Amino acid sequence: MKGMSLIVRTIARVVTTFIFLYSAYIVVYGHITPGGGFPGGVILALGVMLLMLAFGREVPLRKLPEGRASVLDCLGALGFWAIALLGLTAGYFFLNFLGKGEPFRLVSAGTMPLCNISISVKVGVSLFAVLAALSIYRRFYPPGGEPPEDMSGG
Amino acid sequence: MEVLLYTLLGFMVIGCIIAVEIKDLLSAVVSVGIVGICLSVIFLFLGAPDIAIVQVVVETLCLIILLRATVQRDDTTIYKYIESFAVATILIFFGVFMVLAYRAFEDLPPFGHPLMTVSQEYLKEGLTMTRAVNFVTSVLLDFRAYDTLGEATVLFVSILGALAVLRRRGRR
Repeated sequence: MKGMSLIVRTIARVVTTFIFLYSAYIVVYGHITPGGGFPGGVILALGVMLLMLAFGREVPLRKLPEGRASVLDCLGALGFWAIALLGLTAGYFFLNFLGKGEPFRLVSAGTMPLCNISISVKVGVSLFAVLAALSIYRRFYPPGGEPPEDMSGG
Repeated sequence: MEVLLYTLLGFMVIGCIIAVEIKDLLSAVVSVGIVGICLSVIFLFLGAPDIAIVQVVVETLCLIILLRATVQRDDTTIYKYIESFAVATILIFFGVFMVLAYRAFEDLPPFGHPLMTVSQEYLKEGLTMTRAVNFVTSVLLDFRAYDTLGEATVLFVSILGALAVLRRRGRR
């Protein structure tokens, strides 16, 4: 797939910035306004998907190859675990051990913003990896139309 | 309020029936989108913007994947074979389900008056205990963080499995 027309590419280039900005806002302000790590991560993956559809699948994969995406995915999951285990050192599992701060401030509510950020990295990168895998490994039906012989064997 | 909810539910049912009955796969995918967007509007009117955001975003992702999957196929029409035994089985189970559901839902509290025994404590103590203004986040990441960890683990394992399966077929 080579991507779409010039109009789509230009609009995608402009709009993707705002999509990433909105995703960052939803993640970072997840403990103040509606949102959080999961929708922010999915919006991040959707922005990358727009790039993938508009410019062809190679452009985002050049920035973030498959192996590195998998590593980032595991790092997000491990970060969430690490926050939970750090609570164990202060008392019990998932203890909100950081200072709480004032309500309605960006830096408040202890470990919640960190949890949101690690969840968003995990969700966004893993969805990106699945999309990339779906489009990279699409060899079930090659352009000729016939399925390959070793469909069952793998 | 309830009239609005019933109207949106009616739209969702119509969208489902169209998605099942229509012959063009692309149109079926588009009418599945009706269900998602109506559900998101229902969540907004019920006062749950967090879930509405998640619903819209995940629905968009699924629809794009489904669209890619259906557009890439050459033959996008489906042919119906109506089997009378399958239809009869479905109707019988639907009837049994409706009777059981009616008896089960009789004991539920009425609409708009939920039982607030545990969640009342969260609403009362949440702001002083966690200092997070968004109560949904404070429940998800503080009071009930175990559940969120479980969800993250489920997502992690399922995506690992998906990557493994796709990769195994791709490599010769």
